[in-house]
Amino acid sequence: MIELKKVCFKQEDFSLADLDFEVPFGEYAIIMGKTGSGKTTLLEILCGLRFIKSGKIFLNHKDVTNLKPASRQIGYVPQDAALFPTMNIAENLGFALKLKAYSKVEITIAIQEMAEDLSISHLLNRYPNQLSGGERQRVALGRAILSKPKLLLLDEPLSALDLETQQDLCQILKKTCMEHRLTTLHVTHNSEEAKQLGDRIYKLQDGRIHPGSSMILAS
Amino acid sequence: MLLADVLYLFSNQGTAMVEVFEALQSPEIKSSIYLSLLSCSLSAFLSIFVAVPIAYFLATSEFRGKHLVDAIMDIPIILPPLVIGMSLLILFQFAPFTWKWNDFFPSNSSWADRSLNAWVVYQVPAVIIAQFTVAAAFAIRTLKVSFEQLDRRPEQVAWTLGCSRYQAFKRVSLPQVQSGIIAAWTLAWARSLGEFGPILMFAGATRNKTEVLSTTVFIEMSTGNLKTAVAVSLIMILTAFTVLITARVFGNRGLPI
Repeated sequence: MIELKKVCFKQEDFSLADLDFEVPFGEYAIIMGKTGSGKTTLLEILCGLRFIKSGKIFLNHKDVTNLKPASRQIGYVPQDAALFPTMNIAENLGFALKLKAYSKVEITIAIQEMAEDLSISHLLNRYPNQLSGGERQRVALGRAILSKPKLLLLDEPLSALDLETQQDLCQILKKTCMEHRLTTLHVTHNSEEAKQLGDRIYKLQDGRIHPGSSMILAS
Repeated sequence: MLLADVLYLFSNQGTAMVEVFEALQSPEIKSSIYLSLLSCSLSAFLSIFVAVPIAYFLATSEFRGKHLVDAIMDIPIILPPLVIGMSLLILFQFAPFTWKWNDFFPSNSSWADRSLNAWVVYQVPAVIIAQFTVAAAFAIRTLKVSFEQLDRRPEQVAWTLGCSRYQAFKRVSLPQVQSGIIAAWTLAWARSLGEFGPILMFAGATRNKTEVLSTTVFIEMSTGNLKTAVAVSLIMILTAFTVLITARVFGNRGLPI
């Protein structure tokens, strides 16, 4: 589970104040908010890419507030996928496993299984610049999940995709997160997407998660 | 201008060209070519070694006094070449360059009685240091542009996947600026080849010892040997064009050339 306690962030004239919410273990939570409301900043705070002014962040009851991004065990899928351009898709997927010194055989098997789950087996030898938007998002999702995270953060993964690809990826997201029993925080401004995927929805407005904005959609 | 150099080769029914090729066979010129190739390559490698971390730091960090540090990196580019040579010469008159091994650990060896100053000044290492001083500044400038153009998002994602900052830099960012590194190396090499003032002041122009192609042109012109001076100039022109084309092929917008 992920838990934020009175988290405050300030950068120049932008601020997030008293963020106080939690996502129970294995749930798929959605954060909705307008463009510029600080959704991406919130994900970056959770990853450890931005420093907070005050407050605490707990991941599975462990205080991760001052931990480096590498020590937080959080999988992050940015809006633009941010694949590694000099590596092919197989290398992108196996990046975290290679870092953790898994054997070549283990890495190959894990990559193939993940590629089959995400229907990207035919892309393994290609490079990121040869992929479509939907394919890039699938690879970024696979890369994050293969790092074996305790929390998955998705930053508007469907926003730049056509309707058909959105539906495909929606199903893949739901299925993959359930299979891997991942606690997930998904940021979007699309209410249809939120209803389709989320177990609960939070609204980020004026730099705050407003009390009572949590809407539990499924038990 | 360049055409005039080529036309000179074909003057006097082509005898100039024969004389030029004969001049290139002399041991002094061969030694000069050899030292130039060696010193330029070494100073270019040293420049890249130093420029990569400095350029990355300047391109990705925000700190008080950054503009001042950035400006300091440009000093070797804007200073008159002779002043750079003079400054290096003066620098090596101070400690620790004047310390001798014998001062701390008495020994009977002859090398122990020589300071770093004696090993460097007016010797081959002085040629490399003089070239490096200017070439490194160009390499930093070139690589800084490459790192500034780089999307930092993949590197940040690499942190979340378990990379330390160094691992993310080495595995994700550095491979992306490969073309910038090649362009910076070629530029540093070309600058080193054309370096004259600092070398003359700091390493001298001793035949078969510290003479490089740029000092050969100066020595040959001083002694009235125009044909050899032109021959060596043409070698440098040819090399400069090769370097320019290489840098452009590997394409790095904003190169200071």
